[in-house]
Amino acid sequence: MAHRWGMAIDLDRCTGCEACVAACHAENNISISTPEQAATGRTTHWIRVDRYYEGTFPDVKVKYMPVLCQQCDEAPCEPVCPTYATYHNPEGLNVQVYNRCVGTFYCANNCPYTVRYFNWFDPVWPEPMQLQHNPDVAVRMAGVMEKCTFCIQRIKRGKDEAATAGQPVADGDIQPACVQSCPAEAMVFGDLNDPESKVSRMAESSRATRLLEELGTKPKVFYLERGR
Amino acid sequence: MYRHIKQPELLPYGKIREDLFRPLSGLTRKYLFAIIAPILVILIGGYAWATQLRYGMGVTGLQRPVFWGFYIVDFVFWIGISHAGTLISAILRLTDAGWRKPITRAAEAITVFALMIGGMFPIIHLGRAWYFYWLMPYPNSRLLWPNFRSPLLWDLTAICAYVTGSVIFLYLPLIPDMAQLAEHNTPWRAKLYHVLSLGWTGSDTEWHALERAMKLMAGIILAVAISVHTIVAWDFAMAIAPMWHSTIFGPYFVVGAIFSGLAGLMIVMAAIRKLMGLELYLTRHHFNNLAKLLLLMSILWLYFTMAEHLTVWYGNDPSEMVVFGARTRARFSTLFWLMVFVNFVVPFVLLGIRRLRNITTGVIASVGILFGMFLERYIIVVPTLSNPRLPAASSTSYAPSWVEIAITAATFAGMIVLYLIFSKLFPIIAVWEFKPHPHEDEI
Repeated sequence: MAHRWGMAIDLDRCTGCEACVAACHAENNISISTPEQAATGRTTHWIRVDRYYEGTFPDVKVKYMPVLCQQCDEAPCEPVCPTYATYHNPEGLNVQVYNRCVGTFYCANNCPYTVRYFNWFDPVWPEPMQLQHNPDVAVRMAGVMEKCTFCIQRIKRGKDEAATAGQPVADGDIQPACVQSCPAEAMVFGDLNDPESKVSRMAESSRATRLLEELGTKPKVFYLERGR
Repeated sequence: MYRHIKQPELLPYGKIREDLFRPLSGLTRKYLFAIIAPILVILIGGYAWATQLRYGMGVTGLQRPVFWGFYIVDFVFWIGISHAGTLISAILRLTDAGWRKPITRAAEAITVFALMIGGMFPIIHLGRAWYFYWLMPYPNSRLLWPNFRSPLLWDLTAICAYVTGSVIFLYLPLIPDMAQLAEHNTPWRAKLYHVLSLGWTGSDTEWHALERAMKLMAGIILAVAISVHTIVAWDFAMAIAPMWHSTIFGPYFVVGAIFSGLAGLMIVMAAIRKLMGLELYLTRHHFNNLAKLLLLMSILWLYFTMAEHLTVWYGNDPSEMVVFGARTRARFSTLFWLMVFVNFVVPFVLLGIRRLRNITTGVIASVGILFGMFLERYIIVVPTLSNPRLPAASSTSYAPSWVEIAITAATFAGMIVLYLIFSKLFPIIAVWEFKPHPHEDEI
């Protein structure tokens, strides 16, 4: 049976530490913005931690919500791309082909989650960080759109290793960088087509909800609401 | 001596011919200055675009989540201006309105040039502009095909059809004039007009063919023009962004396009009337009729704007209300109410009150309308993108950079240059249309 990759994020466990953000940057060769670029909204984080504040000072509660590409089954970004640079792959992933992207920005405008990031300039890394590039991931050039891939390079390696061992991919064998690095274990990744996988069971939870579900985008990231 | 004649149709044909062919010859100092100044502005714009190609889209003011800005505003604005020619020419031709004669060519030329300019923006705004041809369905070794589900591809198709159609629409009625110009002219001009007039001799068959072709093209171009701006609107309306996903965007944009196109035409006509001494041909009568059309479009525009905003406000959808608030009460409210003022209040007073309606007030109202329609597109594009559905991703700081402003300025300069060159090569008013009985009269 084909895989259908999905993720569950338990917001009760998320502390907003942003380890996932740092891990994603290291794994996926994401450029690092200068403070000036950050001030003008030019940062790139395939996963970001949105903050929502509740109450008024000094009695304030902060709610954290890691937001990454929701890998929608009905992705609004896909039909609008004139060159098929973004399309649906057989495992349900919403894939971005950098070499095919001409940079119309349309996908980013039509993404209700605003999780698409553009290469405003050629990417740069402060010394010596250019030495730790991941050889499994392409570096993107100026003028193309990019976004979270669910660490497709890790998925591929996981499947290859399982095939070599002559076994099916076991639940938990494949972990995107964010999931692997989450100290609170708030994030779980797995196959939604396997009813026994941890992510499938979490998706069945009564606390499970999906972001902007009402738009009919059918996201494959499940958020487990905070207990009250 | 012809001052008392109120309708250009009543002037002797010999005089009409002379008056309208005269501006084609000779280069005055005024003309050279008028063309060199805008060329300098175009060069600055070219430098700005080169900078953008060299370093990346980062030199613009664009930022996440405002991925579309001035370039898309320019695009919609110029495609809108291009609707001047179509409406005036095609509708008035089909309805046989006599007063259209001296303005059709001026209008059709605006269409072609505005399309040439507007059509550049989808390319300028690309992250990798040099691969723009990947949007075209051409055979290639990788067997890749563009995505016909994307409104951008519909856009490309519609605009290519519109450019082709409007060039033919401008060219056809030029043929008899060029055949006349080919006689008794300087050698290179005689040769140019001879080639371009495709061997026109002025026989009955040719006149009938021309007439049939013009009728046919008028019908086709009208349909194409409406489809073009509807599809431009769908670039927004097909997206699920708040206050873009609207069913009335198609007709709303068509009305706005015709509105701004007429305003552009009014300004161009007043300019050529003054600069080329065509007071006898472009009379108060023409401006009066145009002003009435402009007034009608202004009221239609207000109607659509109200329908759009009232339904959103009454519907009270949270994500749409954020954009609605940004437009009418918060950051963009000054621009919004200024837009209503120059697009409706000013034209309604200046053109609606008969005593105030003259060429000067018409031009004043038209300049305001052009500005207002530029604002309208800005207000449609930027507030929506600044306020995405997830509030944490919103942004408040898009402003155009010098690159975007320079390129925008260059487009206006480009319009002036193209128009000046055109008016030196071709009579800006169709001379043959004033011939009393073209069918019986051999050239």
